[in-house]
Amino acid sequence: MSGQTLNISTSPHLTKGLGTDTIMFHVVLAMMPATCFAVYSFGINAALVVITAVLSCVLTEHILCRLSGKPSTINDWSAVITGVLLGLVLPPIFPLWMTFLGGVIAIGMGKFMFGGLGYNVFNPALVGRAVLQAAFPVAITTWYTAFQSDRFLSISSSLLAFPFMEPKVDTMSGATPLSAFKFDGVSADSMDLALGYISGSTGETSALFILLGGLYLVIRNFMNWRIPVSILGTVFALSGTLYLINPEAYPSPMFMLFSGGLMLGAVFMATDMVASPITSLGVVIYGFVIGLLVVVIRIWGGLPEGVMYAILLGNAISPHIDRLVQNRVYGTAKKKVSE
Amino acid sequence: MLALHRNTFKHGVHPPEHKEETNQLPIRQFSFPPLLMIPLSQHIGNPSKLVVREGQEVTRGQLLAESDGYLSVALHAPETGKIRKIANMPAINGKMVQGIYLEAAPSSTQEVLEGTPIDLESATSEEILKGIQNAGIVGLGGAAFPTHAKLNIPDCKHCEVLIINGIECEPYLTTDHRVMLEQSDDIFLGIRYLLKSTGAKDCVIGIEANKQDAADYLSKSIPSDLPVKVQVVPVKYPQGAEKMLITALTGKEVPSGGLPIDVNAVVVNVATTAEIGRLLPHGRGIQERVITITGPGIKKKGNYLIPIGTPLRYVLDQVGVEGKISEVYMGGPMMGVAVSNLDISITKGTSGIVVFTENQITRSEKVYPCIKCGACVDACPLSLNPSKLGILAKFEAYDQMAEEHHLMDCFECGSCSYVCPSHIPLVQYFRVSKSIVRKRKAS
Repeated sequence: MSGQTLNISTSPHLTKGLGTDTIMFHVVLAMMPATCFAVYSFGINAALVVITAVLSCVLTEHILCRLSGKPSTINDWSAVITGVLLGLVLPPIFPLWMTFLGGVIAIGMGKFMFGGLGYNVFNPALVGRAVLQAAFPVAITTWYTAFQSDRFLSISSSLLAFPFMEPKVDTMSGATPLSAFKFDGVSADSMDLALGYISGSTGETSALFILLGGLYLVIRNFMNWRIPVSILGTVFALSGTLYLINPEAYPSPMFMLFSGGLMLGAVFMATDMVASPITSLGVVIYGFVIGLLVVVIRIWGGLPEGVMYAILLGNAISPHIDRLVQNRVYGTAKKKVSE
Repeated sequence: MLALHRNTFKHGVHPPEHKEETNQLPIRQFSFPPLLMIPLSQHIGNPSKLVVREGQEVTRGQLLAESDGYLSVALHAPETGKIRKIANMPAINGKMVQGIYLEAAPSSTQEVLEGTPIDLESATSEEILKGIQNAGIVGLGGAAFPTHAKLNIPDCKHCEVLIINGIECEPYLTTDHRVMLEQSDDIFLGIRYLLKSTGAKDCVIGIEANKQDAADYLSKSIPSDLPVKVQVVPVKYPQGAEKMLITALTGKEVPSGGLPIDVNAVVVNVATTAEIGRLLPHGRGIQERVITITGPGIKKKGNYLIPIGTPLRYVLDQVGVEGKISEVYMGGPMMGVAVSNLDISITKGTSGIVVFTENQITRSEKVYPCIKCGACVDACPLSLNPSKLGILAKFEAYDQMAEEHHLMDCFECGSCSYVCPSHIPLVQYFRVSKSIVRKRKAS
């Protein structure tokens, strides 16, 4: 026993044994049901979009880390999350070169420029999508009808558009329920919406599978359930009120909940831990703001869908929410404004 | 308010308990080592002042050093023998401190030297406090804060409830559990002394639900004339912290920067209470204490009554270690100190010795950036924001941490570091930040 070296550390000497990489991995896992459904409903095109997005994000992260002389951080799974999310929010026949560009922007502008994991102000995947939407407004609103018979056999010509070229408008495109409602006043069946028998972005169509993934994360305590509950609750309450006032002019609250990217956004996008507030009250406020913006943009805005902008704005105010809303510290007066 | 609270405090964590390995093992007397190393500073405050010299022969229980000033306590000989030398010895914090090397006399009798008994009926509050100080009693839960100083109630305050802390929320440790099962008479006698000195009208013994047997036993044994009740609270770390326990039992919150007496309460550890009940009637001093020796590296785990000053190396030799020791913690694994040197000794504050041998601790050391997951915010028993504090510490914004985010309230329970998935050493950051803030304030 003499002369031996003892390991010393500062207390506590125990850890729960859970790692950030583990959390990230489980988030990827939780997105798999929705991703698999996307491949099932949109076929080989959707698979290619998601794979391209993931590859692009991981590659960008790796190269940027190396260029800046730091060890690569791709094995913490966070770049994979961004990649999968980006793939899921793009149309299933989005040209692959644009998808790739989106990944570079998401990681480069949305994450790396802010300082990497833990420092991003916005959800990186949404930064990527926002830039793509501004750059390629036509391609990003070119949809693809779900469950086409040859979806596992043929690759859409749009997908393979030559880099820096806009694809030809695909004749097989189908309007999303939201644009159908916005521009034609047609409301979709809520059962079809919930199950995903509709067209839309790659991974946003099946509310059921998205919720399944979210439920898994909540059960494993890897997600703050207050965020989706607060967003969906706000959207439901606000659109429900409008619907009660005038059912002719406003969409039903169920339609609002299950259409477009709301489910995907509320469950997997707005819950980005880094870009959301940290206190329980803070996330409820954050969720309310996002829900409010979704309803406002969808109903009164010029665009059919507003989830992306709503979440990005929510991300932007989240540091301010954190500054204003702090838990009351033990043993201090009930009203304490922490500035 | 009293009726509405939840019988526990807000937040907290649930580390694996590992108590079942020793909680059924009765307290056993440990053998006396040939040489005791007794540091003069075993408590918070001034080191005790020597009253013996090198070469002197001392009897078990004899005064070795007296209290030096108010925040200091006396020190007694744990064993009959001869003082070989008075010199520096390594302390747990890595520093060298003055202490007594006491060589045990072979074939010594079991005679114990006693001082002035404190009679419960006739003693005044001051006399009881003096008796506690002269008996060398400090908080045995681990903090080693002189007990008499804690019991001294300022004139403008009064104590309504005496809280006996039998929570023992640290994983692995079972000393308080065994003390409650085996030393109820001492505990209740100690409570009589404490009630008299504090003037409290009520006494609550707080016990966590994982020690239901101790709670049942104590409830049954309460003397009919004592206003004592046993309250069982759910298992949660760090419920044994003074503030958390007060909240769990009474629903009140100790004001930030304040003391339990600000909410008319005094909290005393249950083993300390037993020691008061055992020592004061005879005017004795502390000579030994109960320590849980456990951990995956220990062969003969158990709860042992060990003389103060027993070298750690001797203790480990006696209980046997399997394989090569890699880590030794004095106290529990959440707030205890990792030992860098086996040549230190058991002190009054040592509540447990937890030993791990190689490959038994799997600690993922990779530190990730804070992802603001909020796990620490949901763990902090004081509702601080460890995530924010950690970021501010990195920017060295110590004043902002103290002024805006209540850094100085943090008592380093370790809950935030325990849950952090990014393995950020938050408690270490806060410890350093607190000492810097204290230094800045002092200068």
